[in-house]
Amino acid sequence: MADTNRAVEKLQGKFAASILEVKEDRGDWIVTVKKEEIVAVLAFLKKECAFSMLTDVTAVDYQGKLEDRFMMVYQLTSVANKDRIRIKAPVSESDCRIESATQAFASANWLEREVFDLFGITFDKHPDLRRILMTQDWVGHPLRKDYPLQGPDREPYKGRLS
Amino acid sequence: MGVNQSLGGNVTVTSLDKLVNWTRKSSIWPMTFGLACCAIEMMATGASHNDLDRFGIIFRASPRQADCIIIAGTVTKKMLPVIKTVYEQMPEPKWVVAMGACACSGGIFDTYSVVQGIDEALPVDVYIPGCPPRPEALLFGLTKLQDKIMGEANSFGSAFGLGDRVSTV
Repeated sequence: MADTNRAVEKLQGKFAASILEVKEDRGDWIVTVKKEEIVAVLAFLKKECAFSMLTDVTAVDYQGKLEDRFMMVYQLTSVANKDRIRIKAPVSESDCRIESATQAFASANWLEREVFDLFGITFDKHPDLRRILMTQDWVGHPLRKDYPLQGPDREPYKGRLS
Repeated sequence: MGVNQSLGGNVTVTSLDKLVNWTRKSSIWPMTFGLACCAIEMMATGASHNDLDRFGIIFRASPRQADCIIIAGTVTKKMLPVIKTVYEQMPEPKWVVAMGACACSGGIFDTYSVVQGIDEALPVDVYIPGCPPRPEALLFGLTKLQDKIMGEANSFGSAFGLGDRVSTV
């Protein structure tokens, strides 16, 4: 396993002030950046490091575990270099918004709609930010940790009675 | 002279209700509508091995021509308005079969997005348990539906506006 990654080194050279953490886990390189720089980082990786494909955009709810409740996760693939990289960006609950990655990758459109639908993170400059899975009149964001599993209108399951 | 034989061998006496019920139970036309894995079993039941056609059960691709809807699978809250619309488009008389655990009770999907049983929205005539039910179970359920249709009273009168059909089962 390589100790370094060329793309990560380039990223560290260019965005030294914005990088919060660099980690290698079982061959995956994970770079956590400030959310203000996310579009610039993604665009840089696309243009300068040949990460041509945005494989996935998702989020994690770390309610009560991290200071910033949400963590945006971007999976990138470089078809030319047969390499992958994961970019993360913390998003706080009080300022629950981040710039849309559609400015760098058009494929982020529906993926960000899914994150918006299920986590309630707003994407600035998104071309069409609507719910994608739940109905348009749905109240709440079901993948948040504080959303009741059986829905807000039902009494929660308390285990088997018999 | 006169009539020696009151009724010939080719005459049957019955009530009009029974005649109507018999025609209805012998030509249950279900709506072609599948939701999840139960629909695969429903298709298997319709295919040659089990052959629903021998009961006069022929899947129709339009609710206007159907008089039964088999809710075959998990009903999500997003799908419920669609099912309601399809059901309302079906002409009377119409029957509902809840096929499988999900359609009966929500099944294993005890979550925010799933309707906990189609009987919250539609009047269900037959519940078929199983996950998914085997084709034999669906056949048994449809036979039960036939029994229920045969037990209906005033099915003739209600056809031209004299009162309502009464289920005796």
